[in-house]
Amino acid sequence: MGNWDWQVFCKDTIDGEVRPSCFGEGGDITYLDWMLSAWGWTLSVALLALVVALAVGSLMGILRTVPDKRLAFLGNAWTELFRNIPLLVQIFLWYHVIPGLIPPLKQVPSFALVVLGLGFFTSARIAEQVKAGIQALPKGQRYAGLAVGLTLPQTYRYVLLPMAFRIVIPPLTSESMNIIKNSSVAFAVSIAELTMFAMQAQEETSRGIEVYLAVSALYFVSAFTINRIMLVVEDRVRVPGMVGGK
Amino acid sequence: MKHTLLTLALAGLAFGAQADTLKKIKDSGSVTMGVRESSGALSYTLGDGKFVGYHVELCERVLKDVQKQLGLGALTTKYQPVTSQNRIPLVQNGTVDIECGSTTNNATRQKDVSFAVTTFVEEVRIAVKSNSGITGIGQLNGKKVATTTGTTSVQTLRKNERATGVNFEEVYGKDHADSFLLLESGRADAFVMDGAILAGNIAKAKNPADFKIVGEVLSVEPIAIMMRKDDPAFKKAVDDSLMAMMKSGEIAKIWDKWFLQPIPPANTKVGMPANDNTKAAWAAPNDKPMEAYAAK
Repeated sequence: MGNWDWQVFCKDTIDGEVRPSCFGEGGDITYLDWMLSAWGWTLSVALLALVVALAVGSLMGILRTVPDKRLAFLGNAWTELFRNIPLLVQIFLWYHVIPGLIPPLKQVPSFALVVLGLGFFTSARIAEQVKAGIQALPKGQRYAGLAVGLTLPQTYRYVLLPMAFRIVIPPLTSESMNIIKNSSVAFAVSIAELTMFAMQAQEETSRGIEVYLAVSALYFVSAFTINRIMLVVEDRVRVPGMVGGK
Repeated sequence: MKHTLLTLALAGLAFGAQADTLKKIKDSGSVTMGVRESSGALSYTLGDGKFVGYHVELCERVLKDVQKQLGLGALTTKYQPVTSQNRIPLVQNGTVDIECGSTTNNATRQKDVSFAVTTFVEEVRIAVKSNSGITGIGQLNGKKVATTTGTTSVQTLRKNERATGVNFEEVYGKDHADSFLLLESGRADAFVMDGAILAGNIAKAKNPADFKIVGEVLSVEPIAIMMRKDDPAFKKAVDDSLMAMMKSGEIAKIWDKWFLQPIPPANTKVGMPANDNTKAAWAAPNDKPMEAYAAK
């Protein structure tokens, strides 16, 4: 072939010279430095959004299954609102439209906006799974909890949620991997993450194939690591004889 | 597994770059022109598979001359939309015979493809809001500067920041329309981009008078028609045709048609006279890469 040029990553981003160490010194950065920094942004956006998504998604999923009609409505409304609008459009709403309506929001950094946007989008999907997990339990469990004198929150805490969360680990694994991949939309609001790096570096170096292969590998590694971690979690919390148990 | 992936990747790259384009055109009676969906007045679509613009028209005239040279009774032109990401691989692997978009001729690319004589010299400029009081890059210290992801302007900005010691925060639009929105909505104080793109966006703004192009030329980029490498006969045919248009002054008329007269679909004017660098390139045709300009 003779067509590959992996040296491209050792090039300085300003003068295009190949650096012997592949890393820049004294304020110079190479494409490798830049890519690693971009990977950091991707992981930061994704992991923080995942925290938001798990917290809000669990809360909304639980609300959708409580007897109180208003709370259930709130949970349902949240889920439908955030899962029926495309992710890229939501990010734009957060970045351009909502700060237009509420000017103080213009001061909020785009990193925070994209974490909330991606987190809320994914929370709707997690809410759906948490709700499904709770509803998959026999009704008798809820009644049994209440019958032994637990309050409703206690019934959720000690009876329903421990089982429901075990049931939904596999779909949660998918969502956690999705959030890594979906974080690529952050480039649309100026976050210097992997997708932006790929588009920019391929333009500057004309080595699109090498750049995209490297970036794809980093996405793969990131999502696959999450997958392995979740498998360990699943294994740890397994209850013999129950759903998902051996 | 690893092996399969590698083989697949290689297969994608390997298939035939045909070096004799004239023969290919003669044998098949057809030619594939790479065009852009939205490269301003250089190359854009009217929808329905129709592509027009300054570079598209130049290429159509070049291909007429090629047809004459080959003595072909009929020549079918296929229009193939390309993007910044795929234009070079598509030219290399033979999918596109001649690319008529808005490609910068630079030294890196000359290793992979060849360029016809420069038909337009783009100047990277700064657009600001008219009432901002900003008149040059020196005043951008501490300001937010927008540009578009995946463009050479990002690199230009980085180099200027380094060279002038001015510190500004870069914000990136995912396309030119987004970048302009950043300026319009106040998320950025300036938008640094090719002059033609700035002029086009300002012309299309709600209130064009709110914006103006200011300051020094940050970088110049020769824009040229792109072809496969190592095909001197085809390059000569294209260059000869373009040089004839430059000599006869025909090219200035085509420029006038696309950049100074109302153009479809909205019948608006871009309003951008050919700059001095472009006129110089017409007067003394050459295929020098961007680096040769920067050296001046």
